[in-house]
Amino acid sequence: MLEIKNLYVRVEGKEILRGLDLKVNAGEVHAIMGPNGSGKSTLANVLAGRSDYEITNGSITYQEKDLTEMSPEIRACEGIFLAFQYPVEIPGVNNIYMLKAALNAIRTYQGKSKLDAIEFLNLVREKLKLVRMKEDLLNRSVNEGFSGGEKKRNEIFQMAVLEPRLAILDETDSGLDIDALKIVAEGVNSLRSRDRAIILVTHYQRLLNYIVPDQVHVLSEGRIVKSGHRELALKLEEKGYEWVKQEADAA
Amino acid sequence: MATRSQDVEYLVKKEYKHGFVTDVDSDTVPPGLNEDVIRLISAKKNEPEWLLEWRLEAYRHWLTMQEPKWAHVRHKPIDYQAISYYSAPKSQQDGPKSLAEVDPKLLETYEKLGIPLHEQKMLAGVAVDAVFDSVSVATTFKEKLAEAGVIFCPFSEAVQNHPELVRQYLGTVVPTGDNFFAALNSAVFTDGSFCYIPKHTRCPMELSTYFRINAANTGQFERTLIIADTGSYVSYLEGCTAPMRDENQLHAAVVELIALDNAQIKYSTVQNWYPGDKNGKGGIYNFVTKRGDCRGENSKISWTQVETGSAITWKYPSCILRGDNSRGEFYSVAVTNNYQQADTGTKMIHIGKNTSSTIISKGISAGHGQNAYRGLVRVTKTAENARNYTQCDSLLMGDKCGAHTFPYIEVKNSSAQIEHEASTSKISDDQLFYCMQRGISPEDAVNMIVNGFCKEVFKELPMEFAVEAQKLLGVTLEGAVG
Ligand SMILES: Nc1ncnc2c1ncn2[C@@H]1O[C@H](COP(=O)(O)OP(=O)(O)OP(=O)(O)O)[C@@H](O)[C@H]1O
Ligand SMILES: [Mg+2]
Repeated sequence: MLEIKNLYVRVEGKEILRGLDLKVNAGEVHAIMGPNGSGKSTLANVLAGRSDYEITNGSITYQEKDLTEMSPEIRACEGIFLAFQYPVEIPGVNNIYMLKAALNAIRTYQGKSKLDAIEFLNLVREKLKLVRMKEDLLNRSVNEGFSGGEKKRNEIFQMAVLEPRLAILDETDSGLDIDALKIVAEGVNSLRSRDRAIILVTHYQRLLNYIVPDQVHVLSEGRIVKSGHRELALKLEEKGYEWVKQEADAA
Repeated sequence: MATRSQDVEYLVKKEYKHGFVTDVDSDTVPPGLNEDVIRLISAKKNEPEWLLEWRLEAYRHWLTMQEPKWAHVRHKPIDYQAISYYSAPKSQQDGPKSLAEVDPKLLETYEKLGIPLHEQKMLAGVAVDAVFDSVSVATTFKEKLAEAGVIFCPFSEAVQNHPELVRQYLGTVVPTGDNFFAALNSAVFTDGSFCYIPKHTRCPMELSTYFRINAANTGQFERTLIIADTGSYVSYLEGCTAPMRDENQLHAAVVELIALDNAQIKYSTVQNWYPGDKNGKGGIYNFVTKRGDCRGENSKISWTQVETGSAITWKYPSCILRGDNSRGEFYSVAVTNNYQQADTGTKMIHIGKNTSSTIISKGISAGHGQNAYRGLVRVTKTAENARNYTQCDSLLMGDKCGAHTFPYIEVKNSSAQIEHEASTSKISDDQLFYCMQRGISPEDAVNMIVNGFCKEVFKELPMEFAVEAQKLLGVTLEGAVG
C-alpha cells in the first residue's frame, strides 16, 4: 500500500529525514517509536502533504501512485488520514459542519453521492457511540476549548467517520487517561481490515497492548534504525533507545 | 500544493461580477457644481420652493466646509467640479412608470444583477425600488403595500405625493450641515427611497432598494428616509453595484431613520460597489452618512452591514437613543482586499433612560487592504442606566494588510455599564492544512473559516440577504447541520 524509499526531507534548510525506508502492506499495523525530535511527526506531515517540508531525495509510492505529486486534499480523498499530534483550533467553524464538508468532499471525489443531513446524522450517531465522545462537542467550534483528551478523541471520531485507507496516528495516545486509551484502541481496531493500513506513532508500548502491531520500527536521527515485532517495544521500554542507536552506529 | 500566506491571499481574490455597463441614452448634466446646477436638479424633479431653498442653504454651508481628514484612508483629492451631478436614462424622463413601460434595457440590467423586477419572478415577500444613477426606474409591489397603508416609493415621488411627511422629517436626523458629505448630498441629492410605516403596522414584506451606478463621471447622491410610526415594524434591505471603470466615482448617500414609540426598524446593507482592480485603480468612493433616531420610547433600530465593495468606505451607521428604553444595534462585516480601504463603525448616543446598545464588528483584511473600526459610545448626563456591549474582531490574511481599532467612549453618567472586547486573528497555515488534510479544498477551507468568523453578523441578515452575503464572500452556507 505504502512504500517509502531512501527519503530525505528538509525543513527550513535543516535535514530531518535522512534515508528513511518503510513498507506498509494493506491489512497491517505498524508502530513507529523513537526519541523526541527524531522525525516522527515530520514523516507523518510529509505523508499528509504539508508544504513546508521539502523532499530532496527518495520516493513515496501509495497505491501504485507517486504520492508526492498529490495535493493534501487529494491525498485525503485518496484515503490518507492524519490524526494530528496537536489538533488545530478553528474558531467559529462548527465541528460537525466541517466534518460533513470533509466527508462529502471525499465522497464526491470517490464518485459517491453526498450524504444528506439525515444520513449524515445517523452516521455520526453510530460513530459517536463507537468512540464514546460527548455529543456536545459536535456543535462546538472545531477543537476550540477542547481538553487535550477531547481533542484526541475528536481526531479518532473524525477518522471513524471518514474511514480512511491509510490512517496515521501521531501520538494519539499521549495525554489520554486509561479509559480513553482503551476507547481509542477500540476505534482503531474496528477500522482494522484487510484493505486498510495503520501507522501508529507512539512513545508508550502500553498502547500496543490494545492495538497489537504487525511491526515495530525505531526512528532515530531521520532513519528507521531497527524493526521488529511486539517484543521490540517492550525491550525499548525497558532499555531506552541508546542501545539501538549504538547498534545502528556499529553497523 | 503550498498553503503559505500568499496562497491565502490568492484565494480571496475574486473577480467582480457586476462590472458591465448598460448602453442607454442618458440625459446627463455637464460636470460642475454651482447654484444653477442645483436649481436645474430641483426643476427636473419639479420640487416645491422650500426644498430648493433647503438645497441651496446646504450648498452654501458646504462651501464653507472642509473634507474630513481624520479617517484612516488615503486618496487623491476629489475634484468636485469634474463630477456630473445628474444622470438619468432618457427613457425614464417622465418619472417612474408602471413596470410594463420601463425600458427593457433597464429591466435586463437588473435581471443580470439578479434582481428581477417582474413581480411574478421576484422573491415573494420583497418589494424593490430600483435606482439607476440619479433616478428610480421602478418600484414593485406598491399596490400591495398601499393596502397596508405603507408608503414605499422613490424619494422624488414622495416629494410630490407626500410633501408634508417629507418636510416634517427630512434633515431631522442628519442636518444639512452635519458633515462635509452630508451637506453635499443635501445640496445635490437626486433620488432614493422613501418609506412610511403607519401606526401599529407590521410591514407585510421586506422593503429593499437596489442602487446601480451606470453612467461614467457621475456621482450618485441618494437620500433615503424611513419613518416607522408608533408600534410599527419594518425590515429594509439595500444592495449596490457599479461597472468596472478606471476612474474613481463618488457615492455620497444620506440615510435617515426615525423610529417612534415602540417602533422597530431593521436596516440591512450588502454593499458591493466596484472595489477597483487588483492594483487599486478605479472603484467607488463610498462616503455615506447613515443615522437612526430612536425618537420614541421602547424603540429599536438595528443596522446590519456587509461591506465587500468600494475602493474606500467611510461610513458610520449610528443610533441616537433618545427615547427611554430604546435600543440600538450595529452588526458589521467589512472586507478589504487588494488596495481597498475601509474606515467604518458606528456611534451610539445614549440620551434616554435605560437605553442599550450592541456593537459587533468583524473586519477582514487581505492583500494590501486596510480596515479600521471607528466607534463612539457616548453616554450623556441624562442617560440613566445605559448599557453598551462592543465586540471588535479582526481577521488578517497575509502580512501586507492592516487592521486598526479606534474605540471612543465618553461617559457622563456613572450608572453606565460599558463592555468592550477586541481580538485580532489570522487564518493560519495550520488551520488550512488541517482542513485540507480532511479532504476540503483550500478555497472551501478559507470560505469556511471566514464564514465562521462572520457568523454572528450573518445571522442578523434576512435569509435571502444572508445567502447573497455568503456568496459574496464566496462562502459555503454554514449551519446546515446542527
Ligand atoms: N517547521 C519546522 N521548522 C524548524 N524545525 C522543525 C520544523 N518542524 C520540525 N522541525 C525539527 O525537526 C526535528 C524533528 O521534529 P519532529 O516533530 O518530526 O520530531 P518527533 O519525532 O515527532 O518528536 P516528538 O517525539 O517530540 O513529537 C526537530 O528537531 C524539530 O525541531
Ligand atoms: Mg512528534
